[in-house]
Amino acid sequence: MKILFSLLLWFCALPALAALDPAVVKQLAAEESDDKIIAIQQLAASADKDAARVLKALSEDALFASGDRVFLLDGDKAVDAVSGAPILPAPESFDAITINNRIRSVLGNAIAALRLFDPDRALRLAAAQELQSNAGIELVPVLARALDKETDAEIKSLLKLAHAQSSLGSPDAGLRLAAVQALAESASPNAKSLLLPLLDASHEPDEKVRLAAKASLKSIESSLALGETVGQIFSGLSLGSILLLAALGLAITYGVMGVINMAHGELLMVGAYATYFTQGIFRSHFPAYLDWYVLAAVPVAFLAAALVGILLERTVIRRLYGRPLETLLATWGLSLILIQAARVLFGAQNVELSNPSWMSGGVEVLAGMVLPWNRIVIIGFTLFVLALVWVLMNRTRLGMFVRAVTQNRSMAGCVGVPTGRIDTLAFGLGAGIAGLGGVALSQIANVGPDMGQGYIVDSFMVVVLGGVGQLAGAVWAALGLGIVTKFLEGWAGAVIAKIAVLVFIIIFIQKRPQGLFALKGRFVES
Amino acid sequence: MRTPFVIRFFNSMPRNGWIAMALFAAITIVAMPALHLFMPKESPFYVSNCVITLGGKLMCYAIVAVAMDLIWGYAGILSLGHGVFFSLGGYAFGMYLMRQIGTDGSYHSHLPDFMVFLDWKELPWYWAGSDSFLWSVLLVLVLPALVAYIFGYFAFRSRIKGVYFSIITQALTFAAMLFFFRNETGFGGNNGFTDFKRILGYDITSPETRVILFGLSALVLMLTLLLGRYLVTSKFGRVLAAIRDAESRVMFIGYNPLHYKLFVWTLSAMLCAVAGALYVPQVGIINPSEMSPANGIEIAIWVAVGGRGTLLGPVIGAAIVNLSKSYFTVAFPEYWLFFLGALFVMVTLWLPEGVLGLWKRWTQKGQA
Repeated sequence: MKILFSLLLWFCALPALAALDPAVVKQLAAEESDDKIIAIQQLAASADKDAARVLKALSEDALFASGDRVFLLDGDKAVDAVSGAPILPAPESFDAITINNRIRSVLGNAIAALRLFDPDRALRLAAAQELQSNAGIELVPVLARALDKETDAEIKSLLKLAHAQSSLGSPDAGLRLAAVQALAESASPNAKSLLLPLLDASHEPDEKVRLAAKASLKSIESSLALGETVGQIFSGLSLGSILLLAALGLAITYGVMGVINMAHGELLMVGAYATYFTQGIFRSHFPAYLDWYVLAAVPVAFLAAALVGILLERTVIRRLYGRPLETLLATWGLSLILIQAARVLFGAQNVELSNPSWMSGGVEVLAGMVLPWNRIVIIGFTLFVLALVWVLMNRTRLGMFVRAVTQNRSMAGCVGVPTGRIDTLAFGLGAGIAGLGGVALSQIANVGPDMGQGYIVDSFMVVVLGGVGQLAGAVWAALGLGIVTKFLEGWAGAVIAKIAVLVFIIIFIQKRPQGLFALKGRFVES
Repeated sequence: MRTPFVIRFFNSMPRNGWIAMALFAAITIVAMPALHLFMPKESPFYVSNCVITLGGKLMCYAIVAVAMDLIWGYAGILSLGHGVFFSLGGYAFGMYLMRQIGTDGSYHSHLPDFMVFLDWKELPWYWAGSDSFLWSVLLVLVLPALVAYIFGYFAFRSRIKGVYFSIITQALTFAAMLFFFRNETGFGGNNGFTDFKRILGYDITSPETRVILFGLSALVLMLTLLLGRYLVTSKFGRVLAAIRDAESRVMFIGYNPLHYKLFVWTLSAMLCAVAGALYVPQVGIINPSEMSPANGIEIAIWVAVGGRGTLLGPVIGAAIVNLSKSYFTVAFPEYWLFFLGALFVMVTLWLPEGVLGLWKRWTQKGQA
């Protein structure tokens, strides 16, 4: 081992070789695995384009030796490994250069290291990522050189990590110290597991390095904890925004109008199927714009769900105003009919919706923490819908009429508000908002006939927790529930978290039967 | 002087009612079992296995419907969570039935199969005593009632009512379903309890056992009806109806609605649990889907179809809905949900008093 290190150090000191060294290439054909490995590592350190070609051939079992010559087969042609010139005539007798698993792993790293100098950014990024976990000491010089040349920030940070990691094995305490300090910058779990053994005196003889490792570990742990908290808050926000989208329509129909609509989940389903329908239209008529079908689906879903809602209100719900328990049963019946209708029309199986490309992938905010785009888009969409509802309810004539009718129906009627039509429109609005929720859900959840059933209890919980008649209450309740659920999930798993949240709401309602934001005044009891 | 209890009890029902009751008893406890046991299978009078099972199932549902009617029809509290109490009763008795399997399960262990599957070495603590029949009966009677009492105490004390209460009970049943779906809770997860072999040492599939369970269900149903009838005609029942119609006024006269509601709520839960315990050995399976919110709300429609605030109505309603379910799911499976959904809508829109109300309207028209 010692000899190997000193050999390597010796090679590190060498200037970059301009062309391939025939002796090194010839060593690839050596009998001993150790000799082959040294040759591979030397080739990797050369950072030469031809070296990459030779090593690639070696990894594909396309490198052969004939006497003193090493050549690779490119199709039928034999090409000299050192000069790259074709060999004519092709040698008659030759032996394949075989490699075992140990050589293969060294070879993989060497090829990746050579790819770090490729002009293609994607290739360099992939190579840097490949070297994250298992870069050995032999790659220190290559990594250092790559680090010098690299301009891309993302690749550079990956390379720094790989460089620090590989130099941890170095016999030079100063180098190790620098590596340990560099690792503190990258808050990845990998770095943590690399640093842990360094705390032990039997592993790390130098005390300075041990102390530095301790400090680095501490900073990594705190930034990891921060990352985890941020991640949980984000997924809580994301869940909360989904809950809010599912519940916002209900906050209008139930919260403001007082109609218990058990078919609310099915209105979400209508929105989701409308999205599916729009996708189908885009597929057959505008395949070039398929990526943007989700945007087109927004108004389609709103109108589809609103129409279904208006139909329900006109035919059934309007006859049951003032009889909440009967409304509950009748709308449950309507939900069963809608579910079965979806089954008959679209089949009982879930339908497939493709995620548009601009919603896939994510942004990396901290090391190892990626926020997926589709979640971010949904949070943004929720804000948009929320703003829409707020404007509609507070800044338009319709909203004013809706508020007037819910506050004092007969008085509103007396001053000329068409109460019946306002009821229909308000219900249609709530249903349409549910349809918008359906568009969002279609991008992250399964779309099937039963999809609405899973949301009905949650949506009611949000509205009840927030306080009936309060849009602001629904917002706080949804976000609070989302974040609390995600934190509980971290401790106890999804099902227990769900049960705990339900139990919490049940207890909460006992304490504050009117929700977080209680209405005050005389219509509290009515 | 107060009328003696026995007289009050007998006066609670008109003579026609007692005659109908006796007739029902004669058919379900004497005639049908006898025809099932002693008639040759070819005879047109033979009552088949299928009829006995279906009948037993219907009677269990009818008990649940009457229990539901007691709180919804008479106290105005719509619970969507009665599936929980039904299932708790079923699970409590199912534990006993699982223990009765003994070592005849597929793994020949003294533990139930699903525990062997989970690699558990011994029974969890709450299974203690489950091999005793008496303990299980006690559990059926006490545990769901206790859950209902605690839940009801907090809910009624904070005067949660109307739709709020309904939605909270739905959350309760949803949470309970999720809880029982988990394997770790020790109730068989998804599959629940099934493959029962014996009850009190007797073969659970033998005609005699089935007939006894059938008769027992009929008996419990009749007792439930009698108890309900007695309750609603008593002073207690009238206070209950007053609470339903104008709770604040009842409070102002000096009654505390909490005790009345709590009593009828707990009683209703207990009746449901008994129905569940009778249901499980007859149907041979209990799993968490019995607690799904959809099931809980279906119980309400049985009552609504039959007629709220009448005790006979829910029995008829449970029979109508479940018989049509059995028919539809075999004949036109894709139309069952349409039918059920339409039933929900039509009954609430046009039949607020249910089938019994319709019947009354017809007969009164005839007299007028």
